[in-house]
Amino acid sequence: MRYIEPHAHMVSRTTDDYTAMVTAGCVAVCEPAFWAGFDRCSVDGFRDYFRQLTEIEPRRAARYGLPHFSWLCINPKESEDLGLAEAVLSIIPEFLDKPNVLGIGEIGLNKNSRNEVKIFERHVQIAVEHDRLILVHTPHLEDKLKGTKLILDILRNAGVRPGRTLIDHVEEHTVRHVLDAGHWAGITLYPESKATPARAIDMVEQYAAERLWLNSACDWGHSDPLAVPKTALEMRRRGHSATAIDALIYGNPLRFLSQYSGFKVADHVGGSV
Amino acid sequence: MTTPKEPWRQRDALTDLYYMEARARLLDVAAFLDRIDRAPGTDDHRLRSLRAALAFLNDGKADRTRRILESWSDPSAAPADSADTKGATGAWPKL
Repeated sequence: MRYIEPHAHMVSRTTDDYTAMVTAGCVAVCEPAFWAGFDRCSVDGFRDYFRQLTEIEPRRAARYGLPHFSWLCINPKESEDLGLAEAVLSIIPEFLDKPNVLGIGEIGLNKNSRNEVKIFERHVQIAVEHDRLILVHTPHLEDKLKGTKLILDILRNAGVRPGRTLIDHVEEHTVRHVLDAGHWAGITLYPESKATPARAIDMVEQYAAERLWLNSACDWGHSDPLAVPKTALEMRRRGHSATAIDALIYGNPLRFLSQYSGFKVADHVGGSV
Repeated sequence: MTTPKEPWRQRDALTDLYYMEARARLLDVAAFLDRIDRAPGTDDHRLRSLRAALAFLNDGKADRTRRILESWSDPSAAPADSADTKGATGAWPKL
């Protein structure tokens, strides 16, 4: 088995997790900028974090033979402070030319507030100006449906090319909205708050699987860095072919992420892309 | 994306694969509600929405998961004036 982990917050994980992921067949990992569990108090805190994502973590992953890529942003949970958010937005371009930076993400909404909308629109503007890929976080639980609709409206009004945007954390009530708008959709495998492996496979079987990917979104909370390969095993139990599984957990993220010319997977699966 | 081999599309095969898990989870929900009912107090919006969603399970209609998630969702369309919290509770608080 080979797979790409397209969404993992590895700065919150131990090196044991890198060992387990590579052992399970992971050939590349992608890390969106994230909320630290507390609000950072200055733009310098973000500068340090962006250095961690673009310099430190790639080196840590490389010790396990794993190419590491990142997305940059200020998380919507920290968008209520417009002054700080604008200051963080101003330093993002300094890091966009780092070789492991895929684009802008995970941007989006959390509580669907007016300030979150403003900062989301500013992120989208930066991505469009720099012609970068976009990774969008959709809100949690009861806020997801409303937030997804707002996000789709904003992206449409901004003239974003849907094929270069992945909208993450879809569930049964949002996946069709995202795919019908032409975007890619990410299904996050969480033990409780997002999709289980069985529900994820149900969605894969019912919708346009060529624009879907699976991710663990593992972080410092209740999550599993091996959720993607475990879901692949669940697909085998349900009778999916090895070819179909490979297309979903390797081929699909490879096609989306290869829109960034610097993306590559580990050599041990047959060479860089 | 190829579809699973035909035998796995059959109801008895899917039942073999998932019945025990579904049975256990249904009993967990039943035990949770029993536990709640033994406890003093009143239902908040989470419990009200959970009890209301049980009606979807046996209504004989498709897309139960989607319909339950929609029933728990904030139905408003306009952005909120501000984010007064960072978290979500699982169901729209005004339910």
